[in-house]
Amino acid sequence: MPKDPIGLALSIMNRISGNPLLDRLGLRSPLEKTAYHGTRAGFRTIALAGREFNRARNWLPQTRLPARKQGELFDLSLDDDQLMITDSLHRLSREVLRPNACEADESGTFPARIMASTAELGLTMYAVPGEFGGVAEQQSPVTSVLIAEQLAWGDMGLALALLAPFSVAQAISQWGTGEQQSRYLPAFCEDHPPMASIALDEPTPLFDPMHPATTAIATAHGYRLNGEKAQVVMGGQCDLLLVAAVLDGKPRMFIVETAGRNLLITDDDGMGLRATGAVKICFDNTELPADALLGGDDFDYQAFIDRAALMRCGLAVGTAQAVLDYVIPYCNDRHAFGEPISHRQSVAFMISNLAIEIDSMRLLTWRAASRAEAGLAFHREASLARLLCNEKSMEVGSNGVQLLGGHGFVKEHPVERWYRDLRSVATHHGGVHA
Amino acid sequence: MNLEIPGKFAPIIHQARQVAREVFRPISRKYDRAEHAYPKELDLFATIMDGMNDGAADGGAGAGRLARSGGEGAPGNRNGTNMKTVLGLTELCWGDVGLALSIPRQGLGNSAIAAVASETQLKRFGSTWAAMAITEPGAGSDSAAIQTTATQDGDHYIINGEKIYVTAGERANAVVVWATLDKSRGRAAIKSFVVEKGTPGMSVERLEKKLGIRASDTAAIRFDNCRIPKENLLGDPDISVDKGFAGAMQTFDNTRPVVAGMAIGVARAALERTRDLLAISGLNLDYRQQTWHLPAAARELHLLEAELEAARLLTLRAAWMADNGQPNSREASMAKAKAGRVGSQVTLRCAELCGSLGYGETELLEKWARDSKILDIFEGTQQIQLLIIARRLLGKSSSELK
Repeated sequence: MPKDPIGLALSIMNRISGNPLLDRLGLRSPLEKTAYHGTRAGFRTIALAGREFNRARNWLPQTRLPARKQGELFDLSLDDDQLMITDSLHRLSREVLRPNACEADESGTFPARIMASTAELGLTMYAVPGEFGGVAEQQSPVTSVLIAEQLAWGDMGLALALLAPFSVAQAISQWGTGEQQSRYLPAFCEDHPPMASIALDEPTPLFDPMHPATTAIATAHGYRLNGEKAQVVMGGQCDLLLVAAVLDGKPRMFIVETAGRNLLITDDDGMGLRATGAVKICFDNTELPADALLGGDDFDYQAFIDRAALMRCGLAVGTAQAVLDYVIPYCNDRHAFGEPISHRQSVAFMISNLAIEIDSMRLLTWRAASRAEAGLAFHREASLARLLCNEKSMEVGSNGVQLLGGHGFVKEHPVERWYRDLRSVATHHGGVHA
Repeated sequence: MNLEIPGKFAPIIHQARQVAREVFRPISRKYDRAEHAYPKELDLFATIMDGMNDGAADGGAGAGRLARSGGEGAPGNRNGTNMKTVLGLTELCWGDVGLALSIPRQGLGNSAIAAVASETQLKRFGSTWAAMAITEPGAGSDSAAIQTTATQDGDHYIINGEKIYVTAGERANAVVVWATLDKSRGRAAIKSFVVEKGTPGMSVERLEKKLGIRASDTAAIRFDNCRIPKENLLGDPDISVDKGFAGAMQTFDNTRPVVAGMAIGVARAALERTRDLLAISGLNLDYRQQTWHLPAAARELHLLEAELEAARLLTLRAAWMADNGQPNSREASMAKAKAGRVGSQVTLRCAELCGSLGYGETELLEKWARDSKILDIFEGTQQIQLLIIARRLLGKSSSELK
């Protein structure tokens, strides 16, 4: 575009203000300097001190958790196990996640003390079959979704960080070969499970998880990986990554052990979810061994993506519910024109609609998850749930801020953070797996 | 957790679907054009439906069976009459909403009788076809403001007033009328009375000409010193604050999911037809997790389907709660609000997507887009549902949140 005089002047000013001479002359405040360098930093090679996973010598045969037998009747009640899990996780959310969420968001890190207090929950054990040391006996996408819902009620960013290794364990339980399961799953049942994450999203507009641009080609010794992944949850601290790449024209997942490997990594902080320590990872002719390909002939990439969608929906429902639970007391306490603002239909009806749409999201998600759990086809249901959650969760976030007015826009209240976090529901595909 | 329709309801769904396809659809356009003509094809069908209910071991389905199933019987999860009625009506309205509303002995009055009648009254009126008369020229959603009076005179009540929007008011054998025993005592004094057809003093003034559901007659009825036996007062004659009006309003907790189901039925009809028409013209309707690569029409259809599915599940939840004796006022209103607006949204958008085909009378799409609108109005408008939901969520009384 040709520059007019005003554009030219602005562009010159911009170049001057970016001139390092200003720094040498001491004309720039230290704060500005940080901001400047922060945005300029490119990929840097990082050697991750990942843990070693030894190839299992006597590996167990491939295990697939059986479908759960459903009752004959329509039933919305949770079973005793699900009630116990949701109850304890809700308490964790209220007492640990919610009080730490603001600080985690501002510092952009996952607080170590939360890691310690949540480790004892043994979340990853629920994803691992008994043969490998876990407690899973059958398919449990409903429980996974309920877990996501409860944790995201506390904070979506912290929930994603907690769910990253859980999701990798789910994926290896669901899809891994016997050798892969024997090698990796027992580690997820130890006191200090490995940090692991699913790297799926790529920095491109209209990203379609069914068509990643990252490629894998078969080599004499295994595979060679090329491409760039974005918004990888806890990506800078992972022992293990599951990476989506196209092999022979078909999308597959690859297991990448980070130990002893030099990875090209850069920060990828976003609008929200800042506690996840998200990074971009660049794979530049990364060599992988032959057993890095997740699963065998029964691997179903579409179902892999659908199970990710279930969890994403669970997260959306949890944070949206947090919004509703927050605006109700706020609008009852906030007075204007001599009465609580909740006495006005324009306010009250917005709240009714939040409740309707949140339950809509929840019921679609539960139905898709319960079909997956029973071994029924669930691609249609997961797709519809995801589409509805994409649309409605952001509406909930936006109306949540609106209901608080100016108070919704400032960090004194958590609603602006939920607004930022809820934007990710429609944009992210990776990180989670039911 | 299981959100699938139980197999035991497959027969009634199948039967209702057959009726919708073989009885309703072929005469759907005929009675849309011939407004106020009596659809005589329904008489035979009504007899079959009576037979199905009488023979049903689990209490049957339909307007007259609602409300009495909740919370009874063995403990544990129940899928009963409320869910069954919702499922049946959904299928029938997939066929035609107006005709479904005209099925003899399935009027809203039958639900009211089922909800509050004594055993003796049930025997007397249980097999009557009863319409429901609540709305007045000066009182719609604000049903506590009705002006129709019932004055006791010995062993009789004398009813005076005017009722409008009485569905099947001329065809039914009786009308359940809401009237006040004492205007100064507010809503607690509002009672419902059964007035049988032919009672002197009751006259049908006119039948409305309507936007949709033309197969269903909508009567304006005048009561002029209409004298009925005092046994025709449904429920408790005492004016007490605790019972009465609140009890009458409870009928809605059971009927609102049914009306929601009706909206789901007509919306599904429109969506299915539109999918078929668009598939013929080559539109790929495969489900995707990333929908922004799809043609706008395909993405919109997926979104409408998701909205419809949400309405359907909210409705099943409300019916399921009623079947299990759980208070479901909020959930019933959520189902009605969602299904009511989704019904309009889906049918109107489907007519739009199909262009002149959707607008013309060769297809039924334009008719469904007219029929669906009433479902967001009667049995409590969208706005009344939102008010009920908000009061429950916020813990507000009707005097605080007006």
